[in-house]
Amino acid sequence: MAAMTPTAREAAPEAERRPAPPATPVRARRRPRLWRGAVLGLGGAYFLVPLIASFVFTVHTPGQGVSFEAYTALLAADGFTESLLLSLGLAAATILLALLLAVPALVAVRIGSPRLRPVIEVMCMLPLVVPPIALVTGITTVLRWGPEHLSRTPLYQTFLAVQNEDFPVVLVLAYTVMALPFVYRSLDAGLRAVDVPTLVEAARNCGASRPYVMFRVILPNLRASLAGAAFLTLALVLGEFTIASLLGFRPFAVWIVSISGAHARMSVAVSLLSLVITWLLLLLLSRAGTAQTGTTGTPRTSRASRKES
Amino acid sequence: MSSASSTPTQGTAGGTGSTTAPAGGTRRRRRGPRTWLAALPLIAFTGLCFGLPLGALLYGAVTRTDPATGATALTGEHLSRSLQGPYLGSLVGSVQLSALTALIGSVLGVLIAQAVVTSRSRALRDAVLTASGVLANFGGVPLAFAFIATVGISGVVTQLADLSALGWNLYSFTGLAVVYLYFLIPLMVLVILPALDGLRPQWREAAQNAGAGARQYWRHVGIPVLAPALLGGFVLLFGSAFAAHATAAALVGGSVPLVTLKIADALSGNVLVGQENVALALGLDMILIAGLVMAVYLPLQRRSARWLR
Repeated sequence: MAAMTPTAREAAPEAERRPAPPATPVRARRRPRLWRGAVLGLGGAYFLVPLIASFVFTVHTPGQGVSFEAYTALLAADGFTESLLLSLGLAAATILLALLLAVPALVAVRIGSPRLRPVIEVMCMLPLVVPPIALVTGITTVLRWGPEHLSRTPLYQTFLAVQNEDFPVVLVLAYTVMALPFVYRSLDAGLRAVDVPTLVEAARNCGASRPYVMFRVILPNLRASLAGAAFLTLALVLGEFTIASLLGFRPFAVWIVSISGAHARMSVAVSLLSLVITWLLLLLLSRAGTAQTGTTGTPRTSRASRKES
Repeated sequence: MSSASSTPTQGTAGGTGSTTAPAGGTRRRRRGPRTWLAALPLIAFTGLCFGLPLGALLYGAVTRTDPATGATALTGEHLSRSLQGPYLGSLVGSVQLSALTALIGSVLGVLIAQAVVTSRSRALRDAVLTASGVLANFGGVPLAFAFIATVGISGVVTQLADLSALGWNLYSFTGLAVVYLYFLIPLMVLVILPALDGLRPQWREAAQNAGAGARQYWRHVGIPVLAPALLGGFVLLFGSAFAAHATAAALVGGSVPLVTLKIADALSGNVLVGQENVALALGLDMILIAGLVMAVYLPLQRRSARWLR
C-alpha cells in the first residue's frame, strides 16, 4: 500500500499510519481511495449482478435465443391484473387509513397533549416487536373465534365482511398495524423539523380557522414525510406475502409464488418489474415531497423515514 | 384540534404565549383535555386490530381447551413443547442465521457507508442512498426469485461459472444468508450513514494534532462515538432477518429449519391437527426474542441521536 504513494517517500513510515500531517492532505486522501474503490466495486457487483442476471434469465433461453415473451405475456397471464389491482387497492386503503389515524394523533400530541406522546410512541412502535408471522397467528385465532362463538350475533356478519375475497378488509387492518411504525417515524421526523405550536399560534392569530390551519399550514409542511410514509407503506403492501398467503388471499406477492412453478421466467420478470416500479415510485414520491421545500436532497424522504426504523 | 368554542380566549392567550414562554406552557396544558380526542381513533384502532390478535396469541399459547369437556385451563405445555425437538431447532436456526447475517451485514454496510462518506461525492452519495432505500425494501418474494434466476440450480451465473461443481447450493443456510444480505446491507447503510456524517472532521484533526494515529483515532474517538449506532444497526438487522418469512418460504421451502417456516407449516395445517397452539407458542417465543432485541435497540437509538445534531 505504501508503495502506491511515491510522493510521500520521505514520510513513508508515517503514511503507514493513515493520518498524515494536515499539511499534505492530498497524499492522505490517496490511500483511502484504493480501499474505497474496492469496497464500492465489490458492493456494486454484489448488488448489480442479481439484477442483470435476472434480466438475462427472463429474456434469454439457452439454445433458443432472446425473446421478450415473459414480459409481453404478462398482461394476458391468468390472475396478473386482478392480483395487481387488489394489491394496489389494498395499498391505497392502507395508506389512507394509516395517515388518517396517525396524522391527527401526532399533531394533537404536538400541540395539545404532550403527556400522551410516550403512549402514542410506544403504541406505534410496538408492531415492530411482533413479526408478521406472529401477528397472523393471532389474527387467525381471532377469526376462528368468529364462527365458533358469534355465529348467532350480528358481529358474525362483520367477520364475514372483513374476510371478503374481493377486498379483504382484514388485510388492510393488518397492514395498517404493520405500517404504523414506519408512518410514525416518518411523520415524527417531519413534525420535529417544524415548530408546530408556533405555526398554529401564528396562523390562529392571523385569523385562520382550524381546518385551514390543518390543511393549509401543517400538512404542506409535512409534505415530505407524508410522501415518505406513503412510499414505505406502499412498498410494504406490494411486497407483503406472509399475512396474505396464510389467510388465504391472493394479492400480488402470493400470485408471483403461485405461478413460479409453471412460469419460472414470468415470475422472475414480475419480480424485476416490481423492483423497477418501487424505484420509480420512490423517485416520484421524493420529488413530490421535496418539490416545494426545495432545499432537501432527493433521497431525504427515504433516509429520514428509514434511518431510525 | 377540536376545541373550536374556546377560540377567542386562545387568540389572546396565544399572543402573549408567543412572547413569553411560560404563558404558552400553561395555555397548552389548558387545551390538553380536548386535543387528546384526536388521538382516540389511533388508540382505539391499535387496541382492536393489534391488541386483540396479540391477546388471542397470548391466551392461546398458555391455555388448553379440553375437547371433551370444553373446559379451558392454564398450561405451560405449549410453551415447553415449542422449546423442544424440531421447534427448538428452528428457533436456534433462526437465531443463528439472523445473528450471522446481521454481523456480516453490519460490517459490510459500515464499509460501504464509510466509502461513500469519505468520497465526498454528492452524486455517489445520492445514488447509494436512493438505491439503499429501494433495496432495503426489496425483500420478500421478488428478491427470492431474482436470486433463483441468478444463482439457483438453472440460474444464469450458476451456468456461466459452473457454481454447482464448486458445491454451491442456494437452497441452504449459506445460500439464504447471501440472499438476506441483499436487503440487510442497504438497511445498514441507511442506518449508519447519518452516524458516520456525525463524525466531525474536527475530531479527527484534533486527534491528529494531539499525535494520534489512525488506529488510535478509531479506537478512542470513532468507535466509541459510533458504538450505539453500530449496535443499534446490528440489532435492527437481526430483527429484520429474524422476522423475515417470505424470502425463506419462496426460496427454501422447508429445507432450512427456521421458526417462521415452522409457524407457517403449523398454521396451514401441514402438520398434525392440534398444533395451532404450538404455533401460537412459537409466535410468543418470537415476540419475546424480538422484544428483547428492541429493548436493546431503542435506548441505543436515543443515545446515538445525541451525536447526530
